Amino acid sequence: MTSEPLLITAVFAPLAGAILAGLFGRRLGDRISMTLTTGLLAVSCVMSWTIFTSFWLGHAEPMTLELSPFITVADFRTAWSIRLDTLSAVMLVVVTTVSALVHLYSFGYMADDPSKPRFFAYLSLFTFAMLMLVTAADFMQLFFGWEGVGLASYLLIGFWFKKPSASSAAIKAFVVNRVGDFGFALGIMTVFWMFHTVRFAELFPLIAAKSGTTWSFLGYDWSALDLAGFLLFIGAMGKSAQFFLHTWLPDAMEGPTPVSALIHAATMVTAGVYMVCLLSPLYEYAPVARTLITLIGAVTALFAATVGLAQNDIKRVIAYSTCSQLGYMFFAAGVGAYQAAMFHLFTHAFFKALLFLSAGSVIHGMHHEQDMRKMGAIARYLPITYAVMMIGTIAITGLGLPIKGFEIGFAGFFSKDTILGAAYASGATQPLGYFPFLIGVFAACLTAYYSWRLVFMTFHGTAKWDHEASHEDHHSHGADDAHHGHGHGAFKPHESPAVMLVPLVVLAVGAITAGFVFAKAFVGEGRAEFWRGAIFVAPSNQLLAKIEEAPTWVGLAPLVAAILGSLIAVYVYLLHEGMGKRLAAKNGVVYRFLLNKWYFDELYQATFVAGAKALGDVFWKVGDQKIIDGFGPNGAAWLAGAFGKLTGKSQTGYVYHYAFVMLLGVAGLLSFALMAWTR
Amino acid sequence: MTHILSLTTFAPVLGALLILALRGRSDTGKAPLWIALATTLITFGLSILMLAGFDAHGAGFQFVEDAPWFAKVHYAMGVDGISAPFVVLTTFLMPLCILASWTAIEKRLTEYLIAFLILETLMIGVFTSLDIVLFYAFFEFGLIPMFLIIGVWGGKNRVYAAYKFFLYTLLGSVLMLAAILAMISIAGTSSIPALMHYSFAPGVQTVFWLAFFASFAVKMPMWPVHTWLPDAHVEAPTAGSVILAGVLLKMGGYGFLRFSLPMFPLASTMFTPLIFALSAIAIVYTSLVAFRQTDMKKLIAYSSVAHMGFVTMGIFSGTPQGVQGAVFQMVSHGVISGALFLCVGVIYDRMHTREIAFYGGLAEKMPWYAAVFLLFTMGNVGLPGTSGFVGEILTLTGTYGAPTPGATWTVLVAATGVILSAVYALTLYRRTMFGEVTNPKLANILDLSVREVVIFTPLIFGTLVLGVFPNLVFSLTETSVADLIAGWRTVAGG
Repeated sequence: MTSEPLLITAVFAPLAGAILAGLFGRRLGDRISMTLTTGLLAVSCVMSWTIFTSFWLGHAEPMTLELSPFITVADFRTAWSIRLDTLSAVMLVVVTTVSALVHLYSFGYMADDPSKPRFFAYLSLFTFAMLMLVTAADFMQLFFGWEGVGLASYLLIGFWFKKPSASSAAIKAFVVNRVGDFGFALGIMTVFWMFHTVRFAELFPLIAAKSGTTWSFLGYDWSALDLAGFLLFIGAMGKSAQFFLHTWLPDAMEGPTPVSALIHAATMVTAGVYMVCLLSPLYEYAPVARTLITLIGAVTALFAATVGLAQNDIKRVIAYSTCSQLGYMFFAAGVGAYQAAMFHLFTHAFFKALLFLSAGSVIHGMHHEQDMRKMGAIARYLPITYAVMMIGTIAITGLGLPIKGFEIGFAGFFSKDTILGAAYASGATQPLGYFPFLIGVFAACLTAYYSWRLVFMTFHGTAKWDHEASHEDHHSHGADDAHHGHGHGAFKPHESPAVMLVPLVVLAVGAITAGFVFAKAFVGEGRAEFWRGAIFVAPSNQLLAKIEEAPTWVGLAPLVAAILGSLIAVYVYLLHEGMGKRLAAKNGVVYRFLLNKWYFDELYQATFVAGAKALGDVFWKVGDQKIIDGFGPNGAAWLAGAFGKLTGKSQTGYVYHYAFVMLLGVAGLLSFALMAWTR
Repeated sequence: MTHILSLTTFAPVLGALLILALRGRSDTGKAPLWIALATTLITFGLSILMLAGFDAHGAGFQFVEDAPWFAKVHYAMGVDGISAPFVVLTTFLMPLCILASWTAIEKRLTEYLIAFLILETLMIGVFTSLDIVLFYAFFEFGLIPMFLIIGVWGGKNRVYAAYKFFLYTLLGSVLMLAAILAMISIAGTSSIPALMHYSFAPGVQTVFWLAFFASFAVKMPMWPVHTWLPDAHVEAPTAGSVILAGVLLKMGGYGFLRFSLPMFPLASTMFTPLIFALSAIAIVYTSLVAFRQTDMKKLIAYSSVAHMGFVTMGIFSGTPQGVQGAVFQMVSHGVISGALFLCVGVIYDRMHTREIAFYGGLAEKMPWYAAVFLLFTMGNVGLPGTSGFVGEILTLTGTYGAPTPGATWTVLVAATGVILSAVYALTLYRRTMFGEVTNPKLANILDLSVREVVIFTPLIFGTLVLGVFPNLVFSLTETSVADLIAGWRTVAGG
């Protein structure tokens, strides 16, 4: 069904766009570069939907198209290939759809930026790397895509490279991801020596036999599959900004907002979740590793939601929300509901991209203001943005009607409900019990609160922008988020141009419908036909079937929590404006703790960053200069110094150097020639 | 094709003689440069011709030339899958070095070019000799032109650096010379292939191994005998740094592969834990030191030491992944670090300083330069898709499976290098390229010239092509490395 040219075009069209715009952007001009990249992305998107639809309707068979060998060293054999199954097809549509819309949106958002071809080239490059990631048939190509998206992320976070905060955020993102990749690489090596292959198709059938065996690593014997699973998961923690390795994601908001929507919400950060689901054949036999995933996921869901409560930067709120939602996906996978994790990944892509792009529209309309405390009452100036933001917020809070057999709700309602149902269903059998379920319900309450807080602070209440925003220009000119030539003086929020609103509307449609249209296929009775083995579920894992058996209150709990959170937000931010500020002042310590993100940055700064600097200085100035140079080649260095002093005085001294050197060399040769001769 | 190796090896000297013949004429202008460029290009062409005729599946040495020289010493030449890549790496980098010296060398240009061309002959000779005395002659005499290049055409502290370089490496090789003489007297031959199959007594192996180690460890350089390298790099002219990092350092790794492993297999097994420890220390230690450098060249020099740590680790892993990865890493590092030193050279030629703090904001003024520098920075960081990745992941993978106790600990420590390299390389990039241009001297700095684009283009292709299709190298090294490992393992077990 799926033809090879179709596939190759879908994957490589974005690369073509990136190369054309990147190398020839200035010659082609802004208009052509932008149109070209966006057009190629649209092509890729259409083809992805074609492929996905054929999988959805059950017409297509999983396949792998091998393009060329990559690394071949003895049994370490990897290839450049395109792996196509339901899992990669889902990712194809998510990636190309959001990317195409973000390309389009950027026509408007980046209209006044002087480096448009570069921006579009980076966006397309990112998309290509992401497609390589999701279509990888072995660990090496997966790693290529994995780090490739990391590069694109680095470039795009640091897109406004003149801003010191942007370039340091870019480095932070890359380095923290490298910490994850350090574990990921160790995991790949462990898998290789355990199974003597890094190709998924060869690897997966071998896994069950290793269940229960041990593996020697660092002098200890570990449960083999748990060790491999855990090391690989470290990579996922970095890429998907999970607890301990999350610190880069909020800072990544330094990038232009379309980037945040594409990379740091809908696609790249979900790569970790994708990887865990792809490796379900491994994780199904790695219960300890899965427990860890569940734990980290649940803690992240809660942690990020608490931090989200106290942030004032509109993008940072959404960033922490992303972090928290990724936590949901991870604990879903951790308890064994991979399909639910993928389903939430899918729906989340729509509503989170929507929320980010809407925030971008707000920032654009507010003349690059990102502080929600300086907004308020702009709903009537940005009516369409307001409407789609409402849709996105309803979708993320998971509001809906959980009537059995007749569920109605936006996207997030379906997927989050499934996750929590699965968490509950697993409660009796997995080591963490009902902990993830309870965390998930509580975090749902927090999610509703901070999401509505964002909407109310931004669109409702009294306007705080009329005089402040026009004069307090926090960012330097030319390097601004959505900088455009409005200048100062008369300030009035304005709605964004059509080219930005169209993507918003499209995503809003997705945020409304993605849940009930696809629930049946992803997690419902059609799931076996839909996934067709792309996700492996052990015979003992009946989680999704058990959701149906859960008592009614389980389905109602997240809804009640969400309504509760929403109502509190209504009370605090809508009915009693200013109460939030008073509450914050009253709970000083707690508030500061949350505002400062649990002091993770400070902690890491004081330990790792300062530690690396101090060690580097000690190694350099003491180790190299005092000890090694001082004691080791002491004589030699002294001799050299003395010689230099002796001859340095006269320019003609070099002749002696030559002579000396020649003498030494010739003497050496002569002496051994002589000795050899005498034998 | 029978004398292709001699031809490749000595072609540069012919060019040097031609330049010498022109010496003394008053208005030679750019003629010596053109001659040097043509010579190095022809040499490169010859090496490609050699490669084209190379049978990747053939065992043993190819294009062998053998003639008695004096006493037991033969003029013997030949290449196998391990040495062939280094020959091509050398001939590939040389024309770029000549181009990089086009305007940078202001005094004694003729002598400079002659030194470079003779150096090329000596370097190629190191990789093509099949007689250990011949090898030593090439190996040792290579010091002289390099010493001169640093000492005459170098920076302010060139004399100090040149001597540090010279004495360090000379002291190392004195021990090797003694060992070579003893080996010849014991085995009764100076032929490298014969010595590779000679079994020295275990105790003797230990002594010889240590003697060779002294020389190769300094050359690599391995921690803690690395301190000559940063000084030598800082003072060397750009092209000198390119050759130093690109080729001279590889002689240490090549030496381990050609001599230590096949000739002293028992000692190699015995000392593998030492090598692993020194490699792991080198990676972490020098990466952290690199992070704190204020001089661009010093930073890259320290990063070279860290990258060579992966090489030594991979070589002694004794697994196909580790050893082939090590060869690949050396080739890749030759291209990438050579390119990075050329990148430094670009702005040094313009501003005459390598101080990181002097720069900042160059991305705005020099967008093409920024793109090129970024690519090689990413190569240095080992981003997949560049050649830097393949060597790192394979040496790590190979070491993970090494039969040596503590191998996985080595991997764990060494793998932190992938984090640390990102730290120092991206910090360097940020501090030179990003931010606002605050230094008024940079206001009119020009982007890459046509000549510079010509220099970088082959390096860009090299980095990317080897990164995407690394099998180009592995198909060469596969058979020879497999033989090497099989030989080592049958003697030493494991």
